[in-house]
Amino acid sequence: MFGLQNPTKFLKFAKLTGPWFAVASVLLIGAGLWFGLFSSPADYQQGETVRIMYVHVPSAWMGMFAYSVMAVASAIALVWKHPVADHIAKGSAPLGAGFTLVCLVTGALWGKPMWGTWWVWDARLTSMLILFFLYLGYMALSGAFDNAERGAKAAAILAVVGWVNVPIIKFSVDWWNTLHQPASVTKAGMPSVDPSMLLPLLLMGVGFTTFYATLLLWRVRSEILQTRIRNIRLAQIHGEG
Amino acid sequence: MTRYWELLKRELRLALRQGSDSMMVVGFFVLAVILFPFGIGPEPSVLARVAPGLVWVNALLAAMLSLDRLYQGDYEDGSLELLILTPAPLEILVGAKVTAHWLTTGLPLMAAAPLLAIFLNLSAYDLGVLLLTLAVGTPTLSLIGSVGAALVLGARRGGVLISLLVLPLFIPVLIFAVGAVDAAQHAFPWTGQLAILGAILLGAVPLGLYASAAALRQAAE
Repeated sequence: MFGLQNPTKFLKFAKLTGPWFAVASVLLIGAGLWFGLFSSPADYQQGETVRIMYVHVPSAWMGMFAYSVMAVASAIALVWKHPVADHIAKGSAPLGAGFTLVCLVTGALWGKPMWGTWWVWDARLTSMLILFFLYLGYMALSGAFDNAERGAKAAAILAVVGWVNVPIIKFSVDWWNTLHQPASVTKAGMPSVDPSMLLPLLLMGVGFTTFYATLLLWRVRSEILQTRIRNIRLAQIHGEG
Repeated sequence: MTRYWELLKRELRLALRQGSDSMMVVGFFVLAVILFPFGIGPEPSVLARVAPGLVWVNALLAAMLSLDRLYQGDYEDGSLELLILTPAPLEILVGAKVTAHWLTTGLPLMAAAPLLAIFLNLSAYDLGVLLLTLAVGTPTLSLIGSVGAALVLGARRGGVLISLLVLPLFIPVLIFAVGAVDAAQHAFPWTGQLAILGAILLGAVPLGLYASAAALRQAAE
């Protein structure tokens, strides 16, 4: 894939594209916030609280997206022993866990005035909570071995197995008719959200994606450098032979 | 296939000779369930209401307790490497290990369930449904648990780590199993939930066997 499996080339690529992603995410999230907070109407039922959606929904998307990136990168690392894919999977996990946590917290903040409770055991909420625990398990497992390579491999298998949860989250609102409202943006045909609200939501969605890409490139860069430092230290300890 | 039976026989023989291990799991299961009437009060209707959840949650915890022994002994004394070197596919051998695990934990848990049904004031009909969900659900626990047990081989504090890896993956089984017994208690049809449990089991067979085998191979490298 474009020679990016070579860590040196990847470093170059990350150095080149990273700033662009950063600028794009600042612009997109800025525009999304402006449209979301000032230029879009309040909802006729939910009032001003609807605005939390512009953070809540993109974080939910990113929570699932980051897990999918992690699972695909892990599968690539397992099958082709692609050295950068391991770093991508490992770098994606804390970001995804962060997005999932933001999604859960903003959902609770919104649920208190709207549903009258911080938390309900609804299918969507529960499966999102499981996703958060899967992230924690992944990070704990990859850090639990003295040999970093073994940790990466074990965690990669877990990431692939745990991916079964992502479609469950996606379709939970269609399969179980519980409290969480059904999907309204990704409907077949026309999305059922008014354009004035859809615009900031999509801006935030793309903005969060570029923000994630910026941080991911950053983390992968530091992972590659850390691996190099460790290899240099090992070479020093064991002598140059 | 002969190697499957050979390994299964070896595992069962080991379990029988040690004996106490599988009894300990059942003992934990019964004791933990018995604690709840003390904790939430002995009201029979309340107990019957929460019985399916109690039995299932404690079955999950009991099954999890026994997981760290699944591959740990073989990993430590080196027989895991010999298992990997045998010409039979590792997935088949994992299948034998999982079958043995289920026969020594899942099946005894089912045998103890009628006793708990009496303690928790569960009717005979509901007990029947509970036993069916245990019969279909506990093999899934062994399969998923086998992946977790294989992944933590050689990790620091592996026993604690297993619970973090495996419990989130157990939740769907718990939801549908308890859903089926709940439906039976309220005289609703419950075969749908049981069918989903069966589907989860069918999905867990290839996923669990392949993932466990992959994890064992990388553990023995």
